[in-house]
Amino acid sequence: MSAVTAPVADRALMTYVLRLADTALVLAQRLSAWIGHSPAIEEDLGCANIALDLLGQARLLYAYAGELEGAGRTEDDFAYLREECDFLNATMAELPNGDFGQTIVRQCLLDLWRLELFERLTQSTDVRLAQIAAKAVKEIRYHVRYSSGWLVRLGDGTDESHQRVAKALTTLWPYVTEWFAEDAMEQALTERGVAPSVAAVQVGFETRLAPILRDATLTRPVDVDYRWFGKRAQHSEHLGHLLADLQSLHRAHPGAQW
Amino acid sequence: MTAAVSPEASAVWAVLRAVPDPEIPVLSLWDLGVIREVSVQGRDVVVGITPTYTGCPATAVIKSDVAEALQQAGYMAQVHDVLSPPWSSAWITPEGCEKLRAYGIAPPEFPVGRVAALLGEEVTPACPRCASRQTELLSEFGSTPCKALHRCCACQEPFDRFKCI
Repeated sequence: MSAVTAPVADRALMTYVLRLADTALVLAQRLSAWIGHSPAIEEDLGCANIALDLLGQARLLYAYAGELEGAGRTEDDFAYLREECDFLNATMAELPNGDFGQTIVRQCLLDLWRLELFERLTQSTDVRLAQIAAKAVKEIRYHVRYSSGWLVRLGDGTDESHQRVAKALTTLWPYVTEWFAEDAMEQALTERGVAPSVAAVQVGFETRLAPILRDATLTRPVDVDYRWFGKRAQHSEHLGHLLADLQSLHRAHPGAQW
Repeated sequence: MTAAVSPEASAVWAVLRAVPDPEIPVLSLWDLGVIREVSVQGRDVVVGITPTYTGCPATAVIKSDVAEALQQAGYMAQVHDVLSPPWSSAWITPEGCEKLRAYGIAPPEFPVGRVAALLGEEVTPACPRCASRQTELLSEFGSTPCKALHRCCACQEPFDRFKCI
């Protein structure tokens, strides 16, 4: 556990920024595992490039979180020296890759949510967060092209590919509800104009998703009661294993720098 | 850019214009549009650089190349990041676009007219070798974060294209 003693002026904002950063980092780690294993070299490049963008976004957000905390923690400290119970990523980002179809479903859902969220964050009253969002949103738009293009191809493809992405969509959908289950901290940040309204983000997400699912000949699953709260550090069993990989080099060689 | 520039600032700009991009050396950093601020106080120079993509591994190299070039020219250089406004491939200079084409990379092209741009229309890139517009996308992502891979249906050659962001 990190020993933070100094009071943080804006703990809510720092926590919110860490949630965004952790989701980007954890998803980047998952996508990177496709390198050398993708169905084709173009998909190796696609997953690697999206992972690289996510890593870049995570770095900007961690640097900001460190400044907000004011305790001297760096990007590396946040990524390598925190435990599972400190990570605040959305649970879906940590779920295993499954087959390529499942990775694409996970990516498309997360891309559409992040696009809607970051487009609105460009209007945040927090100037730094708005600037980071303006930079990230250009990259996320490009990610949506990739993941939604693949989702349509697989959904409207062969019987086998359709069946696989339909199953993945049913498996992953329960993890969507966490994004739109607003907590008191998010509500307070929305009232300050720092974070967009969770309800508005949900409407935007559904509006973007509907035509993609239609083209992919897929049906939106029905909502179930949410069970996971990665954003409150209540994770699935998968995050610990992911972090063991992600942090292994730094734990074997403390303070290692590239 | 049309404002009068002091002689000492011009000398600094001359140094900066000669620093090549580490991954596409035919392009200078000036051509790429990543140099956003330059202030000169005697021999002290402060340069603001904006990354093309947040995760682009070349960003660190670009910053150290700029600092080194200025130090070799006898300046004390400080290089920092500029986050806002975010870089756009529309900032690549016209000369830079020509250099890219000659190098075999299709430069970014944006739809003409606001309506087309608002509708998110895309310009089909012209083959940098034979100029044919009969080209197709092979991969949304290429060998660096800033490029996509296309193919010319006329001359059959694959080519890189600068992504339009």
